[in-house]
Amino acid sequence: MSTQTDLNVRILSYVDALNEAVEQEMELDENVFVIGLNVDDHKGIQGTTQGLLEKFGSERVMDTPLSEDAITGICIGSAMAGMRPIHVHIRMDFLLLCMNQLINMAAKAHYMYGGQTKVPMVARSIIGKSWGQGAQHSQGLHSMFMHVPGLKVVAPTNAYDAKGCMMAAIRDNNPVIFVEHRLLYSTDAPVPVDPYIVDFGNARVVGEGSDITLVGISYMLIECLAARDLLSEVGISAEVIDPVSLMPLDIDSIASSAKRTGKLLVVDNAWTTAGAGAEIVAAVCEQASLSSVGRMGYASTTCPTTPTLEKLFYPNAASIATRAFSMVRPKEKQWKPDVEPILPHEVAFRGPF
Amino acid sequence: MSVKCPDPEMLARVYYSLRLIRRTEEEIARIYPSDKIKSPVHLSIGQESVSVGVCDVLEKNDIMSATYRGHAAYLAKGGNLNQMFAELYGKGTGGAGGKAGSMHLIDMKAGVLGMSAVVGTTIPVAAGYALALKRENLGRVTVCFFGDGATEEGVFSETLNFASLHNLPILFVCENNGFAIHSPLSNRWAKEALCERVSTYSISTHEISDGDVFAIRQTAKAALNAIRSGEGPQFMECKTYRWREHVGPGEDYDEDYRSRDELTFWQKNDPLTTTAKMLTDLKRQAIDIDIEKKIAEAVKFAEDSPWPDSKELFSHVYAD
Repeated sequence: MSTQTDLNVRILSYVDALNEAVEQEMELDENVFVIGLNVDDHKGIQGTTQGLLEKFGSERVMDTPLSEDAITGICIGSAMAGMRPIHVHIRMDFLLLCMNQLINMAAKAHYMYGGQTKVPMVARSIIGKSWGQGAQHSQGLHSMFMHVPGLKVVAPTNAYDAKGCMMAAIRDNNPVIFVEHRLLYSTDAPVPVDPYIVDFGNARVVGEGSDITLVGISYMLIECLAARDLLSEVGISAEVIDPVSLMPLDIDSIASSAKRTGKLLVVDNAWTTAGAGAEIVAAVCEQASLSSVGRMGYASTTCPTTPTLEKLFYPNAASIATRAFSMVRPKEKQWKPDVEPILPHEVAFRGPF
Repeated sequence: MSVKCPDPEMLARVYYSLRLIRRTEEEIARIYPSDKIKSPVHLSIGQESVSVGVCDVLEKNDIMSATYRGHAAYLAKGGNLNQMFAELYGKGTGGAGGKAGSMHLIDMKAGVLGMSAVVGTTIPVAAGYALALKRENLGRVTVCFFGDGATEEGVFSETLNFASLHNLPILFVCENNGFAIHSPLSNRWAKEALCERVSTYSISTHEISDGDVFAIRQTAKAALNAIRSGEGPQFMECKTYRWREHVGPGEDYDEDYRSRDELTFWQKNDPLTTTAKMLTDLKRQAIDIDIEKKIAEAVKFAEDSPWPDSKELFSHVYAD
């Protein structure tokens, strides 16, 4: 990395990285616009849209009625006419109101109409966790979208990828489901000032290791990294991979790591049944013979609000480390780390949403 | 409202369009039993005047959105006939290369947005296009056709509200044929007051109850003028009648959901017949001959066209 580039890199939060990506793309392309409930209010979607109204005006930063179905269709129609809408949802759960338009129209239009139209749009959605997010503010629904040809799905886990993936998503000529996690908002990373693209379909090794491959999706990547630290204390070397984009999915990089370690544990920020973890494990097993594979994710129940039960709902660094230990050393008795680390992002988030 | 002495050029144009649609669909119905058209066809026969009346007053670069019962609107807006037949035949020369069939016709060159088989889905998409046209600010408008069933979908009300709120250049046209597949309005609407409901969104509404093509045309013309002068969306409810079965080439009056008596009124007032009578025999015959020639050419084009290449299965999944 040259000195010149280094000068243009500063530490930025996930929130500010998203904000900067959208602002820069709006400056570069007047067809880009932001639409969604409260995108123009004083909170600016936790700051991710703050200041955009003042800079670009209400024609390009549009508040909406609570009509997610129609607004999604309106995004699709405007995209067919050459615009590049970014539709913002304060929680991913609200994407369920958009399913008809996203799956029956957005995903299919380019194909079904023989290439006569394109739908370049971004649906931003935030997964919630803790502080009583509960049944309807905590769902990770990305696998539903991965299932449908025509959609792209990305879930950046750090500020650098947040900016690069957002710029790529806006420039993409296809509908992109952009999966954010509320607890990642307080994380920060070195982020270049200048516009840049993080291409979809490239998984990233974020921690090297030789005994087991851990794949962490969305916020679970952070938990996997913490689990890696716990495992190193007992002499287990875990490789941690961030898929970054889920559709397209860089299965080759994950398989290549898993072939080397012989063991694969995918930890999803969602339920395991028919989930992204199931897909990753299956796709890897189609090309590699592994000694041990596993999936972790939300408990197979609805997310409760009370903290005592909610704690049991999610995998965490300790439970991931325990599972990985049993896969690496199946003959040894079950091991648990002495302390269950509490990650700073969990502490940072104090609600309400 | 009826126009006694329409302008001869306009009359010829309207008759041409009505006749082209009727004959095209009769030809589709004739070919259908041969199984050469492997696509569910929802024929517009009997409903042509709504599409024709509205599209006659559109500019070429205006945008039109329609439904899976969309042959009439497609042709009325100037959609390519050869590509339409080829599309129905599933051939590679179809407008969408055989991936659309009858229910998803599209011809962007003619301003025909892609149609949809999921009722109501095209309504917000048309409004989204109108949002882009508003920003373009060149006076173009979008016309959005849909059936009475679509007005029951939540997205219809959502879109009306948004379109009115943002003063979008869009003309909503409900083709009310009284049936959702086979369910009558009486099973579906608490009150038959569609225009009244729509007007609460501060949208001007217009109701045409008899399918009169000139009344529809005149109403659409005034509505489009209002839209182009910045008055925001307008709404038309056009009562009409589907002469054939919901899907497929035949009639279904021997089923117990409707009687042939209902058809009699609409057949007596068929705009195709009334406009034909307003033309001289010479003029009408010239048009009829031209239409038969065009349809024969289109059918031949479809029959002679190659099937899509197998690699097309995976083209256009994602846009470059």
